[in-house]
Amino acid sequence: MLEINNLHVKIAGEDKVILRSLTLKVAKGEVAAIMGPNGSGKSTLSYVIAGKPDYEVMDGEVLLDGVNILEMAPDERAAAGLFLAFQYPMEIPGVATMTFLKAAMNAQRKQRGQAELTTPEFIKRVNAAADLLGIPKDMLRRPLNVGFSGGEKKRMEILQMTLLEPKMSVMDETDSGLDIDALKIVAEGVNARRDPEHAFLVITHYQRLLDYIKPDTVHVMSRGRIVKTGGPELALELEANGYRDYQSAA
Amino acid sequence: MNVKVTTIRTAAEAALIERFPALKAGLPGPAAPREQAFATFMASGLPNRRVEAWKYTDLRAAMREAAPLAPKPDAAQTTVALKGNSPLAGQGAVTLSFVNGYHVGTEGTVPSGVTIVPLAEALGSGHPLLARMGTLALAQGDTALALNTAFMTDGAVIHVAAGAEVDGPIALTFVTAGPSAIATAARVLMVVEAGAKVLLVESHEGQGKLAHQTNTAVEIIAGDGADVQHVRLGLNSEGAVALSTLTADLGAATSLTSVNVALTGAMVRHQVYARFSGGDARAQINGATLLQGQQHADSTLVVEHAAEPGGESRELFRTIIDDEASGVFQGKIIVQPHAQKTDGRMASNAVLLSQGAAMYNKPELEIFADDVACAHGATCGALDDELLFYLMSRGISKAEAEALMIESFVGAAIDDIAHEAIRDVLHGLVQEWLKVRAARINAGAGV
Amino acid sequence: MSRWRSLPEPTWARVSYPQIDFQDIYYYAAPKMNGAPKSLDEVDPAILDAYKKLGIPLREQEILAGVEPQNRVAVDAVFDSVSVVTTFRAELAKAGVIFCSISDALQEHPELVRKYIGSVVPVTDNYYATLNSAVFTDGSFVYIPKGVRCPMELSTYFRINEKNTGQFERTLIIAEEGSYVSYLEGCTAPQRDENQLHAAVVELVTMDDAEIKYSTVQNWYPGDANGRGGIYNFVTKRGDCRGKNSKISWTQVETGSAITWKYPSVILRGEGSRGEFYSIAVSNGMQQVDSGTKMIHLGKNTTSRIISKGISAGRSQNTYRGLVSAHRKATNARNFTNCDSLLIGNQCGAHTVPYIESKTSTATFEHEATTSKISEDQLFYCMQRGLTAEESTALIVNGFVKDVLQQLPMEFAVEAQKLISISLEGSVG
Ligand SMILES: Nc1ncnc2c1ncn2[C@@H]1O[C@H](COP(=O)(O)OP(=O)(O)OP(=O)(O)O)[C@@H](O)[C@H]1O
Ligand SMILES: [Mg+2]
Repeated sequence: MLEINNLHVKIAGEDKVILRSLTLKVAKGEVAAIMGPNGSGKSTLSYVIAGKPDYEVMDGEVLLDGVNILEMAPDERAAAGLFLAFQYPMEIPGVATMTFLKAAMNAQRKQRGQAELTTPEFIKRVNAAADLLGIPKDMLRRPLNVGFSGGEKKRMEILQMTLLEPKMSVMDETDSGLDIDALKIVAEGVNARRDPEHAFLVITHYQRLLDYIKPDTVHVMSRGRIVKTGGPELALELEANGYRDYQSAA
Repeated sequence: MNVKVTTIRTAAEAALIERFPALKAGLPGPAAPREQAFATFMASGLPNRRVEAWKYTDLRAAMREAAPLAPKPDAAQTTVALKGNSPLAGQGAVTLSFVNGYHVGTEGTVPSGVTIVPLAEALGSGHPLLARMGTLALAQGDTALALNTAFMTDGAVIHVAAGAEVDGPIALTFVTAGPSAIATAARVLMVVEAGAKVLLVESHEGQGKLAHQTNTAVEIIAGDGADVQHVRLGLNSEGAVALSTLTADLGAATSLTSVNVALTGAMVRHQVYARFSGGDARAQINGATLLQGQQHADSTLVVEHAAEPGGESRELFRTIIDDEASGVFQGKIIVQPHAQKTDGRMASNAVLLSQGAAMYNKPELEIFADDVACAHGATCGALDDELLFYLMSRGISKAEAEALMIESFVGAAIDDIAHEAIRDVLHGLVQEWLKVRAARINAGAGV
Repeated sequence: MSRWRSLPEPTWARVSYPQIDFQDIYYYAAPKMNGAPKSLDEVDPAILDAYKKLGIPLREQEILAGVEPQNRVAVDAVFDSVSVVTTFRAELAKAGVIFCSISDALQEHPELVRKYIGSVVPVTDNYYATLNSAVFTDGSFVYIPKGVRCPMELSTYFRINEKNTGQFERTLIIAEEGSYVSYLEGCTAPQRDENQLHAAVVELVTMDDAEIKYSTVQNWYPGDANGRGGIYNFVTKRGDCRGKNSKISWTQVETGSAITWKYPSVILRGEGSRGEFYSIAVSNGMQQVDSGTKMIHLGKNTTSRIISKGISAGRSQNTYRGLVSAHRKATNARNFTNCDSLLIGNQCGAHTVPYIESKTSTATFEHEATTSKISEDQLFYCMQRGLTAEESTALIVNGFVKDVLQQLPMEFAVEAQKLISISLEGSVG
């Protein structure tokens, strides 16, 4: 599903290189986890996959279903089925959450040649998803993410993921800031969508999330590259020993 | 369709025009720059309310008559003039004293890396740095500066060598004194070469109630990476009409801090023209003004970001207005089309202490580049009642509570001065002002 | 007229325009019809079509189409300075509300018109107001009697149709003690190569406890990409809060015109009176907008609030210019001003020129202004969710102007939102 080959990335307009010869594959139906110390480049990787303009790809490719997406605009990537749950979701003052959700859902439907949702149909879907995630209705009327607590913002990301039905979801520390109940809800959300057609790349610092979302693969990232790949046991090992063994390996 | 307005000269304008030809012959240096500057004045006349930049400060009305340009004082006059003790006395590593716009003596030692030549001497000998005088286009056309150029009698040309970390402040004391009202015009040019660091302190003092007309200008040209600190203290005579101009031309990655403290004078106006000519410079420009009686004080500021990255400018102007006094703040941040990444923030806050006080704020943004973050804020009002109540509930008297609040309010603009002793002197002057106010209130004079 | 010829053209606004040859603009152009139409149905369908294209398919169209809308709006349509039709007149009359053209009002209520006209904006006020006073032909007149809450929204259309026309209409609204009226003004003009001038005068008067809410949606032709053609919109709008605790609120959405130059103002005379100004000014292409307000605090305990949102794109220049002043007797006057500018693209300009004058220590004035470009991070976030760059921009801009849109009657807010998107078309990407 997602294939990253020999990716080199630096900050646009600066010399600072963040990702070096990064190679990573996520197969259809797979749930892959990335763990790694602060500043190792995990968020950068997620941004580059999604097409944030602040970064410059010096070398390498990112393929989604075999198509190189690096030349595509962020909205085209989204329409192609890519979703990024941001580590720090943006606040958009003045734009009601409902308005935003409708705009996003219809924009993607349009790009895929589907008809716009009718208002009742849209509201039905949003309400269903919001109920599932325990998001109160009045939050949907407030401006997107403005004044939301850390956990509320994360829930809102998952709500969007649910509504936009991506095939490839990248989740950047979605578990940070969530209470236990919300963590379970998020995990359920992922597990419910776990099937041969969907794939997930879950960035996290904590084993706890992986207790609920059993990953197929665990990657360790350090200083801009994947330094070790293994099964779920790798996460347990990191939990016990920390990143000490990997800091020098990079 | 536009009606041509024929200008009628005021008595002051007519007097200046009449005196200029004779005066310029006696003033040092080449006549051409003076003539050019005088032509600028001739074209505009003394600025009045109809001139946008002088909307709130009518110089034409304030200057009914043009006081005669002061002659060079003799030794006896100098001694009398310098008898009063300057609050900043002893702060400079080197101190140049000026009486009525003429250099009368230098105390202390000029720090290494620094050269200072009195302006009259520099003009007479054709000092090479004079080629850089008056070169800031942003300030061209300014009437106060033009008048200073036309009539400048003396001052200083200061050079700070590249990389010099100047030890101790360079201090300039300007005293205006005399049995009758006089006009003065002193001018300072300071060229700070790349990477140098220096602190310039100017103090303007006048005794008595006479309506002296002072006009001083300080030009700072800062080379790449220079760090310039500037402090100005205005303690003019009570009746003074005092104009002052600071121009700053900032090279790449320079840092400028300039603080003006204005306390006395009937009508004072301090103007700042700062241009970010090199990328990524930083400027902090502050003003602390305390007014009482019928005083009128004007702080006018133009900051132009003209290079990329546009750099960072911070302006903080704090004004306290008592009695029937009036304060003016006019500040403009200009961001030129290519000065991307400019970060400009300007604040003017005024506290009106009495019903008759007035404040005029005109903060402007003029922005031609898109990738900027600029903001201005302006507030005016009385002291915060709730805070006052809080302090009083802790047993502090009303007058004392007010004094505390005022002190911290204007103190914020003074605190950016890095030099501790000088900062303390200025805080002390604010406290002094507050003590006098408290005494006046206690005496019942403030009713 | 002779007074006007002797006034110099004002030069203080940040707009540049070739000097208008006033001899070249007809002072008055009656619509090319055989007498005034009895109803808007008689109006050229091409004009109605132009409404749609220009993005103002306002509810008035429903009225035209014979649809009975849920909330009715009484319309007075002014075409090329002549009031052609006023709807719902009879029903309004039942409530005692007078809503008609000024020319009719002069015939039917001469004493009222004479008492108030020119009392807020005197003939000599400014260059364009003088021009208007000299040549004005018609306009709308509204009178809300004591204690009456106007049963429906009132609305006027201004259209400039005729080639090279100057439109000089005059509006006068009087709200007697305890009354309320909400008034909406929509303006359109079809595309023309020549510059046309609009120099209207609007006067509002509120007595004790009365309130007037005046909303404008203006999308006159802005000229082509090179700045050719378009309307010069030089309007004088002023409200006088004459009575105690009265209120005047101006809301404007300005997206059209080659040059806009208007400062809807409020004179806060009555004790406890309140003035509000909510503005969205969008400029694109070669447009020049210089707009703002004046809040003149004269009475005790008067309050005012200014929210201005400027958006500049293309090669346009967008200036907020405003005055807040408290006179000596305006004890406890309060003002809050917030004025934000958003820049889209690097060839436009955004300028803020506030004058804040306080002559009493008991007044509290707070003013804040910011200028920034549209946030890249917000754009990226929206695009990650599948919105195009243009859609993302429109969404963020709508969020930016939300506080002001909320002040408009609901249906008009929706239209205004569309208008803003339309006028920003082509500014990104
Ligand atoms: N726009 C930027 N400008 C400068 N440095 C950046 C930028 N973006 C990322 N970096 C730097 O790149 C490095 C990687 O950052 P990144 O956010 O990808 O780390 P991370 O692995 O997600 O860390 P964390 O676990 O704390 O979320 C850090 O050193 C960060 O400071
Ligand atoms: Mg991260």
